[in-house]
Amino acid sequence: MNTTTAQAPSAAAGVSGPKSKRKINAISPGSNLVVNLFFIVYCCICIFPILLVVSASLSDENAITLHGYSIIPKVWSTAAYHYLSFDLHKILAGYGISIATTVIGSLAGMMITALYAYPLSRADFEFRGFFSFFIFFTMIFGGGLVPWYLVYTNIFHLKDSLFALIIPGLLMNAFLVLTTRTFFQQTIHPSILESAQIDGAGEFRIFFGIVLPLSLPVMATIGLFYTLAYWNDWFNSLVYINNDKLINLQYMMYRVMRNLQFLQTNAQSGTAIGAEEIAKIPNETVRMAMCIVGMGPIVLAYPFFQRYFVAGLTVGAVKG
Amino acid sequence: MELDAQLKKNRFSFGRKVLRNRYLLLMMLPGTIYLLINNYMPMFGTIIAFKSVDYSKGIFHSPWVGFTNFKFLFGTSDAWTITRNTLLYNALFIVITPIIAVTLAILLNEVRGRLAARFYQSIMFLPYFLSAVVVGYLGYSMLSTEFGFINTHVLVPLGFDAVAWYSEPKYWPYILPLVYIWKNIGYSTVIYLAAVIGIDNEYYEAALMDGASKWRQAISITLPQIRPIIIILMLMAVGHILNADFGLFYQVPLDAGALYPTTNVIDTYVYRALLQLGDIGMSSAAGLYQSVVGFVLVLSVNLIVRKINKESALF
Repeated sequence: MNTTTAQAPSAAAGVSGPKSKRKINAISPGSNLVVNLFFIVYCCICIFPILLVVSASLSDENAITLHGYSIIPKVWSTAAYHYLSFDLHKILAGYGISIATTVIGSLAGMMITALYAYPLSRADFEFRGFFSFFIFFTMIFGGGLVPWYLVYTNIFHLKDSLFALIIPGLLMNAFLVLTTRTFFQQTIHPSILESAQIDGAGEFRIFFGIVLPLSLPVMATIGLFYTLAYWNDWFNSLVYINNDKLINLQYMMYRVMRNLQFLQTNAQSGTAIGAEEIAKIPNETVRMAMCIVGMGPIVLAYPFFQRYFVAGLTVGAVKG
Repeated sequence: MELDAQLKKNRFSFGRKVLRNRYLLLMMLPGTIYLLINNYMPMFGTIIAFKSVDYSKGIFHSPWVGFTNFKFLFGTSDAWTITRNTLLYNALFIVITPIIAVTLAILLNEVRGRLAARFYQSIMFLPYFLSAVVVGYLGYSMLSTEFGFINTHVLVPLGFDAVAWYSEPKYWPYILPLVYIWKNIGYSTVIYLAAVIGIDNEYYEAALMDGASKWRQAISITLPQIRPIIIILMLMAVGHILNADFGLFYQVPLDAGALYPTTNVIDTYVYRALLQLGDIGMSSAAGLYQSVVGFVLVLSVNLIVRKINKESALF
């Protein structure tokens, strides 16, 4: 952030040698070390529980029973993943539901958001005030869970349908609408729109042909926000889903945490694995392996998408 | 007669206005329909808090009961517990979030290696992307009575007794804020860091001329410069002080009944009353209580901020 370059480093930094690149207002090497150490410790705290779960999922069940979860497995074992593989069809079905709802929901959400945000960004849109208030009001007042639930179950009958994982609550985020509007206002110059209008382009043509292609950064960002919201959602499942065929990955993890037997329902009723075998299932490590299976995609994809998030959060003020 | 003509003219001009903006209005249609269904219908649906819902008659034809549901709600000790828990936890979060996040942002801005700073920020931001279910698992790996890291690797080796974390409510007023900070502070830090980076460098150069220390610069330049964004974020949080983070209070304590005295908040209460007990009257009363008080709070806090500094007000 210091724009002054190191033209006279030794003069400003005092003790630093002539080769020092230290900027004028930079902290001393000692303080820098302390600050770095502080952040290293803090970062370790941030990822410690994640590493703990990874380690637990790769541990031998007996070692866990004896020593508890440790940061490096006392005895390595992949038995937990082996047991999970018996239920591979269930896990894959969960992935399928999660991927389907995430893709459909994010694409629809991005479209609805951009289509609502664009007119709001236009100074010449005569209903701008009304529609701005219409969405802003939803940010400061809400009906609460009960009427929201009754609207979707009693009027629209979405209970136990794939739509229940896509539509309620997640499809349109007012905060993202306002972010997108701000982006349009800042990037799309009115003169571009005017010249397109003079050339005879209609509003939809202008939107899809000019505005959207110019707005790929913000579309990527809100797309990521929606993707994450759908991928991480378990609340809609908790509220609307009783059908075992519609269980997404997050909800599966939730059910496994509450009762490991959830995965073994087939085994219990079937003849392939007897009660004795069930007793031998490494409960604790299977549970942790389930967490890894569910958390994996987000953590693996994180390095690639996180900077778009940072960019999106700083797109601009979102004053209503 | 004149009024009639005026009205006719107004209607005419309104119709023309709609016609002039028809394509832009068409674009707004999907979003408007969604907001009507997802947000406005539930707002009008709050009237069920004044009804005794009878499914056989349907919601619209169920009898009105006035404030009976509210009387029942506030007659229970739950009403006090959930209000207290929600308010105290959220108040704590509202106060500590900016303190920690601003400190971290200022420190992060001082880290001399750009790559290092970016790396730290990425790691700190990671927990924000994990779902509450995953956080519940991570918490369990730390707190499980028999196998959890804290009991087996910290307390017992140091000679303390293992603690049954999931059945002792007294520890949760400490655990929940820690989890909250761990999960959310990266997000706030990113926002504050952007604000800190955006401050014009000339201020610091001038301060340096006057021999201001780093501490002095942070107090006299950085904090005043980012005060508007701190106020806006705190204001938004105060407006939602009655809305608890459902995932944090439901998933992290693993919905353990023994912990309700310190983990039950309005949102979890409403959920359990509705879907576990099927008590529509009580849950809708609690929900409306939350919405109305929250709304009044937003308006009043905004009014206060407007009086102090119009620029910082939300609307």
